[in-house]
Amino acid sequence: MKSILRLDRRSYKEQKAFMGFFYVLPWLLGFIFFFLIPLLSSLRYSLSSVQANSDGLIVHFSGFQNYVEALTVNTEFNRSLADAMMNMVINVPLIVIFSLFLAVLLNQKFIGRSLARSIFFLPVILASGVILSLESSSLIQAVNDQNAGAGAIQGLGTFELEGLMLDAGLSEWVVNYLTSAVSRIYSIVSQSGVQILIFLAGIQTISPQLYEASKMEGATGYEAFWKITFPMVSPLILVNSIYTIIDSFSNNAMTDLIRETGFTQFNFGLSSAMAWLYFAAVALILAVSSYLISKKVFYYD
Amino acid sequence: MHATRLLSLERWKKWIWSFVRLTLIAGLSFVILYPVLQKISTAFKAKSDLYSPIVVWLPENYTLDNFVKAIGIMDYWQALLNTFTLSALTTILTAISCALAGYGFARLKFKGSQLLFAGVILTILVPPITILIPVYLNLKDFSLMGLIPLLTGGKSLNLLNTYWPFILTSATANSLKAGLYIFIFRQFFRGIPKEVEEAAYIDGAGVGKTFYRIMLPNAIPSIVTVLLFSFVWQWNDSFFTTTYLTSSKVMATQLGSLPYNLAILLEDGANSKADPFYLSMVQDTGILLAILPLIIIYLFVQRYFVESIERTGIVG
Repeated sequence: MKSILRLDRRSYKEQKAFMGFFYVLPWLLGFIFFFLIPLLSSLRYSLSSVQANSDGLIVHFSGFQNYVEALTVNTEFNRSLADAMMNMVINVPLIVIFSLFLAVLLNQKFIGRSLARSIFFLPVILASGVILSLESSSLIQAVNDQNAGAGAIQGLGTFELEGLMLDAGLSEWVVNYLTSAVSRIYSIVSQSGVQILIFLAGIQTISPQLYEASKMEGATGYEAFWKITFPMVSPLILVNSIYTIIDSFSNNAMTDLIRETGFTQFNFGLSSAMAWLYFAAVALILAVSSYLISKKVFYYD
Repeated sequence: MHATRLLSLERWKKWIWSFVRLTLIAGLSFVILYPVLQKISTAFKAKSDLYSPIVVWLPENYTLDNFVKAIGIMDYWQALLNTFTLSALTTILTAISCALAGYGFARLKFKGSQLLFAGVILTILVPPITILIPVYLNLKDFSLMGLIPLLTGGKSLNLLNTYWPFILTSATANSLKAGLYIFIFRQFFRGIPKEVEEAAYIDGAGVGKTFYRIMLPNAIPSIVTVLLFSFVWQWNDSFFTTTYLTSSKVMATQLGSLPYNLAILLEDGANSKADPFYLSMVQDTGILLAILPLIIIYLFVQRYFVESIERTGIVG
């Protein structure tokens, strides 16, 4: 075997390159079979009218007909897409800022820190998939929220807060954004588990000498955050924003609609066209946000 | 005099900050724990307690009836076993294939490996829904580029409702969020000093031996991270599970159909007059049962979980 491959005659570098390909090979096969080919056929379906019968699929090229149908004829598509995009644009900054704040908080020394940490990562384990979708339809939860006062407190809290902030002269738009964040606190907390972990890991790699030196110079904790912590973790803000956007893919009104069109109505063409439009929209958001953030990012090295 | 005043002001600030921090953390912890506590409390309540105005958290009449119902309808033990098998299987395969790919991309550069790594990033960026239909059709008529019909005599295999879709995708590092795991491994292996590896080569170890004797033992934090994430996300996944396994008994499908089955059982038929509150109560118990194993596992590994992720290469 060795002599066939002539491993012994290869240089060290060649050997490594050969082994490298070998190591990546399983992934490459999967990539071709379960990603690249499906991606291309999905593009093809989206440009065709697809009919399934007992012999298999009949695919007729039909140009952009499916795209036109998704955008102009289908009643739900535009609304779902706009909703999904809006949610993303609204939630991502909230989640990123919130998780940075919490990571800073959880990094400080206080009694019960490890307990607090394990509670804050619980959502990584619990919040996903069916559980979340059933949760939102749980009647008991809804009623108890109303009765047990959680709803009342929340409503009251945001109401008071709203008045206070409006009096303070903030614009109505900002106030609405912030108060709606307060009332959606559970969904924000439950979506920021991984992000907190990433920020926490990042904060811990910052050298303590920097803080020491700044303290000597008389910097307050507030200043130390903005001058040291924030710039040092800023690359992770990019990572976390991208992660949060990607994380929202898995289940929303848009994916439900695409699935339903594909698997209940068996309109593969239309469903693929919707999926590609969705992908394009997500790619646009990813591109814009990573461009904006990476302009501000500070790299230490 | 002046100094002591300043000192006390500092101390005051410290105290106030501790208080604010405590309030924030306690409050948010409550927000996170609330739904779980709520479910636990609901699960032990008897039906009569639902309408009793004096019962908020602690039930007046304890009962295990909800558990019995939920376990019966979900076929819980079977579903638990199946879900566990499925998750463990995909987790191990995913960890192996992703570790290999991650190491390959980090240390064993070859022509075009940059381009292939761009492919990994692409798998992270493309929403899974975009390729769902072709993958589904492919698995329904699985022919592996026409190879399988040659062996079986013209018939392709239907892999739906078997574990094969999960085994195949995880063995080839293309399962749920596998791109992320490859990324984690690559970042981690890049962080290990090159000298360690070179020393092993000089001592005569080949690439394979170096990988598995030197690099893997060093990579335990990232291995733990990937194992935990992959297990938990596979356990909770409903996206792929409900697509590939429509009639198998795993947690995701059993939970998904729980409300429906429950309605049939209680008041035969879809237009049932069954009390929606009661349905919701049993459903909540079902959710609790589904996440209970994860919570128990988490109680044991949470310290390791938090620590290991802090030491993985996510940060790069």
